[in-house]
Amino acid sequence: MKTLFPVAVVVAAIFALWYVFAVVLNAPWAYSKADRAGVELSFSEMVSDTMAQEKPRLPAPHQVGAEIWKTTVEKKITSKRSLIYHGWITLRATLLGFAFGTGLGVLLAVSIVYFRVMDMSVMPWIIASQTVPILAIAPMIVVVLAALQVNDIVAKGVISMYLSFFPVVVGMVKGLRSPDRMLLDQMKTYSSSASQTFWKLRLPSSTPYLFASLKVGVAASLIGAVVAELSLSQNGGLGARLLAGSYYGQTIQIWSALLSAATLAALMVFTMGLLEKVTLKRMGMAQ
Amino acid sequence: MSWILGSLIFWAVAIVLNIRLSRSDVAGKGVAVPVIFGLTILVLWEGMVRGFEVSPVLLPPPSAIFTTFFAKMDVLWVDLVQTFFKGALTGYVIGCGSAILIAIAVDRSPFLQRGLLPVGNFIAALPIVGLAPIMVMWFGFDWHSKAAVVVAMVFFPVLVNTVQGLQATDAMSRDLMRTYATGYSGTLMKLRLPAAMPFIFNGLKIATTLALIGAIVAEFFGSPIKGMGFRISTEVGRLSLDMVWAEIVVAAILGSGFYGLVALLEKRMTFWHPSQRG
Repeated sequence: MKTLFPVAVVVAAIFALWYVFAVVLNAPWAYSKADRAGVELSFSEMVSDTMAQEKPRLPAPHQVGAEIWKTTVEKKITSKRSLIYHGWITLRATLLGFAFGTGLGVLLAVSIVYFRVMDMSVMPWIIASQTVPILAIAPMIVVVLAALQVNDIVAKGVISMYLSFFPVVVGMVKGLRSPDRMLLDQMKTYSSSASQTFWKLRLPSSTPYLFASLKVGVAASLIGAVVAELSLSQNGGLGARLLAGSYYGQTIQIWSALLSAATLAALMVFTMGLLEKVTLKRMGMAQ
Repeated sequence: MSWILGSLIFWAVAIVLNIRLSRSDVAGKGVAVPVIFGLTILVLWEGMVRGFEVSPVLLPPPSAIFTTFFAKMDVLWVDLVQTFFKGALTGYVIGCGSAILIAIAVDRSPFLQRGLLPVGNFIAALPIVGLAPIMVMWFGFDWHSKAAVVVAMVFFPVLVNTVQGLQATDAMSRDLMRTYATGYSGTLMKLRLPAAMPFIFNGLKIATTLALIGAIVAEFFGSPIKGMGFRISTEVGRLSLDMVWAEIVVAAILGSGFYGLVALLEKRMTFWHPSQRG
């Protein structure tokens, strides 16, 4: 409750700003239309015109809302114009990449924690790999993978994987190293083997770190999938909708694709948060 | 065949060497081990591509990439100026600057802070690169639209980090400033901004990569006939992958260099912080 009201106010302010910008940005076109028709526009007429243009510079929120409603609820899911259809294509690639990214991240983290060579030789390169603007080379990776006859969902997933493995590696390395000397010594006094220490101490205590990274990773892998779809757009997806919208100047379509991507990201992060809550509670780690 | 065998032997030798090195206590092994690892990957790449005769359309060997890199230096430089200095850097400065200023403005109202933090955190996780086509429509094909995308991308991570950083002082230090009869601006300049520096730099470091990504991806939606994103997308179409990889080398050097520069600045300015003293 303490944060709910301020958040609502900030969100309302963002929408209000959006409307103001919509009026300001669309006004020139409204005036030039009126000029050609030879009519004088009053202020209120101008405002109502800026809210309902067909290809506005900035569509008003309710226009985008109406478009999203039209393309999700009123269209059949199998239709190529349905945002649910495109969202599903993006979601599949995202989840595939996310699953592989998480798996790779956990494996790398375990080997980094247990093998000194890995820690010394691979870790610097993993960190360096994130300063490389990988999204920029997404088109090349996608095209090369497509040329190798790889399924295009896999090709998009590779980009998602690259973006999502890093937070997992960093978080898991931190998490697996989080048990202190005392706890590790205690495992020793129980004469537990290395694998028992791993399964019963290190892995459980890394869970909170894992979930924190998963929330970052899932958002990153959606971004990867959307950008990959810019170069692999023939089979649809939210990125393909963005690209098509930008080719034909369909601003409302661009914004609705953008907002659905945002909703998808929010839903996935929320799901991860829920999973985190349930898991930590079952493990008795919830604060 | 000799290429494959040679690179495999090199690999085996490098592994043994690295294991030995990491167990010993030779000075400078912290640099040597990762360098050997990187070299091994390059040698393996070269050997495998030559040994299996992979088509250069799929994966050019490192040697071909470096030849192109040095031969096309002039083109790469023009692209770099267009994308980095005009697009990314302008956007980075405007975006980070305005984010920090707005965070300081918001700081006076705890109500706005509580509202902005969750919203900002949420927006920072969204695929903002998607704004690129809209920005290209609004600001035209030249670097202005790229700078605008970069502003939108870096703004929220920096804002959230700065707002968090400004909250990082403890009550004890603030009370101390009070006993010195320091006003709001004095407390801000002498206590809270310095204390926020580690957070702000965290945001600035995240923003370096985002800025490059934004500037390059925005060029996919339309650009003048120069720029790294433009070059990458057209050269992929022409199947001259060695040129694409040369651009990637530039992007990698640029990305690490930019990040390194900000990290260096951080080291200079937050030398007092425990994470820097280690």
